[in-house]
Amino acid sequence: MRIELTVNGAKHVLDIEARTTLLDCLRDHLGLKGAHAGCEHGVCGACTVLCDGAAVRSCLMFAPQAEGSTITTIEGVTPAPGELSPVQDAFCETHGMQCGYCTPAMILTAHALLAGNPDPTRDEIVEAISGNICRCTGYAQIVEAISLAAERMRGTNTPGGPRP
Amino acid sequence: MKSAPFAYSRPADVDEACALLAADDGARVIAGGQSLVPMMAMRLAWPTRLVDIARIASLSYVRDEKDAVAIGACTRQCAIERDQVVARRLPLLARTMPFIGHGATRARGTIGGSLAHADPAAELPLIAVTLDATLSYRLNGNTGDIAARDFFQGLMMTALPAGACLASVRFPVWPGKVGSGFHEVNARRSDFAFVAAAAQVQLDEDGKCRRIAIGVGAATATPIRLGAAEKALTGIVLGGKQVADAVRDALSDIEPLDDLHASAAYRRRAAAALAARAVADAKTDAERARHAH
Repeated sequence: MRIELTVNGAKHVLDIEARTTLLDCLRDHLGLKGAHAGCEHGVCGACTVLCDGAAVRSCLMFAPQAEGSTITTIEGVTPAPGELSPVQDAFCETHGMQCGYCTPAMILTAHALLAGNPDPTRDEIVEAISGNICRCTGYAQIVEAISLAAERMRGTNTPGGPRP
Repeated sequence: MKSAPFAYSRPADVDEACALLAADDGARVIAGGQSLVPMMAMRLAWPTRLVDIARIASLSYVRDEKDAVAIGACTRQCAIERDQVVARRLPLLARTMPFIGHGATRARGTIGGSLAHADPAAELPLIAVTLDATLSYRLNGNTGDIAARDFFQGLMMTALPAGACLASVRFPVWPGKVGSGFHEVNARRSDFAFVAAAAQVQLDEDGKCRRIAIGVGAATATPIRLGAAEKALTGIVLGGKQVADAVRDALSDIEPLDDLHASAAYRRRAAAALAARAVADAKTDAERARHAH
């Protein structure tokens, strides 16, 4: 079936099987490999993307359900080619990643959190990422990264969120 | 691709959805899909057609009625979590919302989807049973009602007739100052509950319990009410020992689930502890509400 999606600012018309998950659609049809396939049944959170601004699991949506939605993947959060978003920068600085498998999803979840709550408490950060599993870092540096990004984004008048 | 192939329809209204369900025995409703899609990924479910009702605007609302709050079946869990009417009028539901899945699943998951899926570990069926909610569905152009206590019949089994589409759920609002409590145990925050307990309490002028509802979920195949404990605790001051004895006695004849996550004995013990805690929280909450005015 034919569906229309806006992904990272670009409109796409795709001819796909209805059973294609949004995750497979992004990875295999649009070549956006930053959305990671982990458990593929909604437990690990590695496939998290933004759907109309909300963090969602792209493995738990069939692509036709997302018809007409605006999707942002990790490839879409950078302000310009060669630059990093404030959240990506903070993850580098605080060593908020090791193997990197959970990282795109963590960063998108952090973007969604900070868009609605620019000054989250530690508990709010922990709650926000509670659906994203990381097997390397022990989470401490991830929490630190999100906190640092929040502080920087509050202190600047440059929009830090994903580009429209 | 993990799911078996299926046809996909997006009906414009509930009756069109019912017609699609009537035309195909293998058709299933999808709303948020946060429970159905994992089941399809594991091939535990293989619907021949998905009837996507998520965009039917008339199924998505929170409506303040005189003595109840009605919520459309397709209202997203994240919307209920933030809703001011729910916060003010249904304190137990509001308190429980953050326990349902994770932020990313509440962004898509709907209240009707969770109720119709009837997972024993799910929080929304427990709250529906505890608050004596009524579920409404559409079938053949007619509307039918089922009380929550009759709706859940077994593990992922409900009394919803074949081909029907759940349309709304109506929660009665308790008048006056009420308090609520909710507790659950699970392997990690917001994961499937091994046992969950919910309580709502209304106190009279002397601080005695005027009205109480206590529910336990995830311990048995369907959520249960501790009716005997509610009866024993009505009209008295809710002391720790009275509450603990009443809930333990009320749980003595249940048949708890027994699986690799938790044994039946553990579930019975944890249910008693969590129910007592939920009642204690509800009492404290009700006292606070009373003193606020």
